[in-house]
Amino acid sequence: MPVSYFLVLSAFLFSVGVYGVLARRNAVLVLLSIELMLNAVNVNLVAFSAALGDGGVPGQVFALFIIAVAAAEVGVGLAVVLLIYRNMRTVDVDRMSLMKW
Amino acid sequence: MAETWQEILFWVLAVVMGVSALRVVTTQNVVHAALYLVGTLMGAAALYVLLLAELLAWAQVLIYVGAVVVLMLFGLMLTRAPIGKRSYDNNQRLLAAIVAGGLFAVMSWILIDAFDGQKVQLADAEGTTAESIGDAIFSSYVFPFEAVSVLLLAALVGAVLISRKDEASLVDDPEEGA
Repeated sequence: MPVSYFLVLSAFLFSVGVYGVLARRNAVLVLLSIELMLNAVNVNLVAFSAALGDGGVPGQVFALFIIAVAAAEVGVGLAVVLLIYRNMRTVDVDRMSLMKW
Repeated sequence: MAETWQEILFWVLAVVMGVSALRVVTTQNVVHAALYLVGTLMGAAALYVLLLAELLAWAQVLIYVGAVVVLMLFGLMLTRAPIGKRSYDNNQRLLAAIVAGGLFAVMSWILIDAFDGQKVQLADAEGTTAESIGDAIFSSYVFPFEAVSVLLLAALVGAVLISRKDEASLVDDPEEGA
């Protein structure tokens, strides 16, 4: 199976994530889209790891690291969103313009 | 023969993942968005099994589907996201679609151009075992592993600190205030 199948699939998932980050207003939905992008990168890494055969173990190790970093990111991201909700009574990213002039 | 089946399975998974990813960013119901994300993530886990990466598939199911999506659902509930039909998109949808489409076109062109002709040999590959991944983590990648551990700890402490209630509830705790 050509490795480019997997690469195009992950490019598609990444682009869908980019669209979600740009087009969504709810901050939690933006975080969901970021998860899509991180997952696309993981698919990419695992495809390369499989393409390399026996030398492909590092690709999976990096994918595991990305999963761990994604978990940390979601934890902190949701904490920030909760704090913003508590202070501003909204999670609409278009209305979080306090530090914009 | 096995190759054909793998290809068929790949296309089924690709369609499932693509459709549910599109639904994640277009659905007008926040809970449905989180549930469609489960579809994409489970599809990715199945893809890892197809690519003979067992350990990663289980880690994906445990951490992403088990923990991250549940955390997201908690986030949706705690921010009282209105459950039901409502517009969650801003008015730059067209621009976002153009940017994402352009990114997809450029990325897939470059990737196909760069990796044309390379194949994934799955027919008689053995796949990676948890043992080989553990060996790699604890020999070549010990330092990144420790760094990720510290990052997770810092994220945990940070998340607890950030999402704590206001200072008034901390009066009887003299350690606080710094």
